Amino acid sequence: MNAPAPALGCTNTPVLKERGQREVFCGLTGIIWLHRKMQDAFFLVVGSRTCAHLLQSAAGVMIFAEPRFGTAILEEKDLAGLADAQTELDREVDRLLSRRPDIRQLFLVGSCPSEVIKLDLHRAAERMSVKHAPHVRVLNYSGSGIETTFTQGEDACLASMVPTLGATAEKELLLVGALPDVVEDQAMALLAALGITKVRCLPARRSADALAIGPNTVFALLQPFLGDTHAALTRRGARHIPAPFPFGAEGTTLWLQAIATEFGVDPDLFAKVTAAPRARAEKAVAAATQTLSGKSIFFFPDSQLEIPLARFLTRECGMTAIEVGTPFLHRDLLGPDLALLAHGPTISEGQDVDKQLTRARAARADLTVCGLGLANPLEAEGMATKWAIELVFTPVHFYEQAGDLAALFARPLRRRALLAPLAPDMEAAE
Amino acid sequence: MKLTLWTYEGPPHVGAMRVATAMKGLHYVLHAPQGDTYADLLFTMIERRDHRPPVTYTTFQARDLGGDTATLFKTACQDAVDRFAPEAIIVGASCTAELIQDNPAGLAGSMNLGLPVIPLDLPSYQRKEGFGTDETFLQIVRHLAQPCVRTEQITANLIGPTALGFRHRDDITELTRLLAEMGIGVNVVAPMGARPSDIARLGAAHFNVLMYPEHAESAARWLETNFKQPYTKTVPIGVGATRDFLTEVSKITGLAPKTDTTRLRLPWWTRSVDSTYLTGKRVFIFGDGTHVAAAARIAREEMGFEVAGLGCFNREMARPIRTLAKDYGVEALISDDYLEVEATIAALQPEMILGTQMERHIGKRLGIPCAVISAPVHVQDFPARYSPQMGWEGANVIFDTWVHPLVMGLEEHLLHMFRDDFEFHDDAGASHHGGAHKPREAAAEAVPAAAEEAGSMPDEPASLDQAVPVVQPSGEIVWLSDAEAELKKIPFFVRGKARRNTETYAQTKGVTAISVETLYEAKAHYAR
Repeated sequence: MNAPAPALGCTNTPVLKERGQREVFCGLTGIIWLHRKMQDAFFLVVGSRTCAHLLQSAAGVMIFAEPRFGTAILEEKDLAGLADAQTELDREVDRLLSRRPDIRQLFLVGSCPSEVIKLDLHRAAERMSVKHAPHVRVLNYSGSGIETTFTQGEDACLASMVPTLGATAEKELLLVGALPDVVEDQAMALLAALGITKVRCLPARRSADALAIGPNTVFALLQPFLGDTHAALTRRGARHIPAPFPFGAEGTTLWLQAIATEFGVDPDLFAKVTAAPRARAEKAVAAATQTLSGKSIFFFPDSQLEIPLARFLTRECGMTAIEVGTPFLHRDLLGPDLALLAHGPTISEGQDVDKQLTRARAARADLTVCGLGLANPLEAEGMATKWAIELVFTPVHFYEQAGDLAALFARPLRRRALLAPLAPDMEAAE
Repeated sequence: MKLTLWTYEGPPHVGAMRVATAMKGLHYVLHAPQGDTYADLLFTMIERRDHRPPVTYTTFQARDLGGDTATLFKTACQDAVDRFAPEAIIVGASCTAELIQDNPAGLAGSMNLGLPVIPLDLPSYQRKEGFGTDETFLQIVRHLAQPCVRTEQITANLIGPTALGFRHRDDITELTRLLAEMGIGVNVVAPMGARPSDIARLGAAHFNVLMYPEHAESAARWLETNFKQPYTKTVPIGVGATRDFLTEVSKITGLAPKTDTTRLRLPWWTRSVDSTYLTGKRVFIFGDGTHVAAAARIAREEMGFEVAGLGCFNREMARPIRTLAKDYGVEALISDDYLEVEATIAALQPEMILGTQMERHIGKRLGIPCAVISAPVHVQDFPARYSPQMGWEGANVIFDTWVHPLVMGLEEHLLHMFRDDFEFHDDAGASHHGGAHKPREAAAEAVPAAAEEAGSMPDEPASLDQAVPVVQPSGEIVWLSDAEAELKKIPFFVRGKARRNTETYAQTKGVTAISVETLYEAKAHYAR
């Protein structure tokens, strides 16, 4: 069974709030996974060359197939007159939709420049929805860096979809958050085995998979960064099932348990359904725990997954957290995880990267979780690092991925041990 | 407004970052929103740099916009100077900050920071990365270079190499060696590795070697005008160009063009009989203007290829590249539209692409081998080994790099002869490239019969490596089924060319239905 909750968790730990230079992506980055998840959607960023360059660089590799995202790059003449920019946008969208008749949902994604010049994408989306109905639905949200950090882009995207969902009075479960299909299928199978079959997912894989919500809808979040979506669903009368996030054997069990309780699932059935996958998860995690146990960890803020992951690594892998940084601390959603995370680490919100680097260097944790801009420089200083972005681009939720999740953290440590004979020559070459 | 899927160049402030990151003791204070820090990973990941780029981002958010973003800039500026103690700073705005018009130059200038403050004016909505590198380096030189006495020994500055450049690191080594053989020393290399104090003594050199015109031509012109330093116009990539370069240096310095070519292997490698199969290979060349011009000359004069088409993504080089294309009897493609480049390559059906990281993807999609000759580049284009493009060793490297993607000489013959062998068939690709062995499936053997019945080719399983259909009817011309079947018997690495030649031939002869006869008539017509 689960280890007991710590006598003193991090629920009331004072938070170190910082602001300054942030070494994080903006919300546009979410398009990289969202466009693969929603197979009939196209994401059109209305922005600058920087936005296009970010999307290309953040993905790390280009996608061989023509991507279902692009950037309408603002030019000098668009900045001169706004009416002109709306007309230009209409023209680009018409051209895009005629070339890609498979597109059923179009997201106009706001960026820093479009927000600063106050280009009204909401009005544009409404106008285009009328024009291209019923074939294409046009929505808008902002992924701008002045408003969103990395995973907040997905939150903004999903929140923009909530008002368009149909209404229902049925008691249904809605799972919220974009997961790889294979992981989503695993969750559905577990819920089905528990006898919960009226389950839908936001986002749906295709727009035709109509979603509806209402006062009898209950929803569970799959990701900790969905604060705005949570608020939008609540406004539509749906009710949130609070739970720790489904990372690791314990997290997955507690997440399922919260839903099972809501639906009155028989405890024996719950134990029967979860026993085998849970044992598999614990076994797989144990393999990585050999490497991780007793090691310390320091999280730079990145994806908002940091607190649930710190909970998983400290409770299931025997690690000690020194600092857990998050771009934004959403207490309403993270309450159950904070309560399970033993008192001790500094919890920080926001970032002043140079100050945080000073703390990280002083702490010299056995493993430092950080973004791609910091990882190699810290490695060159002799610190082991884990790129945070992999945690978002890799299937890590639920029982069957618990071992993979632990292994992501163990691999940099195992690699360093393997390469130890090279240590004197490991100075980075420039 | 212009729809873009992939870009060849980033915004101009990324160009400024390339210059700042290449240098030491210089810091860039960039007025920019949260998220623009993504650019750091270009350097730390793609180039595997072990230090953060020397850039401080002001990181303003929406809630700051109504308030005082100017103070935010000044605080960031002061913090950066205090923390990093640079010798000089460059200040500027990214695309979003340009819109809020805080005037970073004026703000930093008014702060009495006690060090040179170099303002950058990089119009984000008009210009791109290449402009950013050139303009930034020019401003650094204008602000920091001091008149000084020439060195006693004849010396040169090597100017143009930046961070994230294509093989810049190794080109510096190769050029230093070439100059040393003539008895010429290197005064300063810049921007790569230079400190602001080194920029101050640029004037001590007798001339400048302009390594990459796209990054340093403006600075070279400024130094010529103000310090009377001539600069070299030839970019020494390839054997011929390297010889011309040495001649040019000789004219500038009066020194004999002494050089040691014992390490130069390209001429023999390309003349040795194994290379006969390279004769007349049709190549498409695309990249930045400098590397394209160099590659075109090497392709024609040193490898014996036929240049089927060429172009560049940087408009600054449009004019020289158009002129060059005329010399090669082709039309230049000046475009930064990835889809347009792809369409051009698909239409030309070259046997090889010499391009950028982007064309590598196009080649993969179209099933055409590709060697990278120019930025934009990816992590695999920063090899651990010494791998220059310039000078004699550069020529050797280029020979190897360009030949590697192709099917090797004898293998090419064997594929012609035994293309139906179930293990050694042409769909398996070049044997030295690894990849899973793909035995020809039994079903594939049934294709000819099925094709006869159906009157056209059955659909091939669409895989990424094989996205090009065997026959793509273009215009009015139809392929008769027996001709289609015959075309399929031609090995993959020449099939595209055969199809295109046959269709062109049919068009000129007014033939609308291509038969086996037409195919072989076209083959005879294009025989060489």
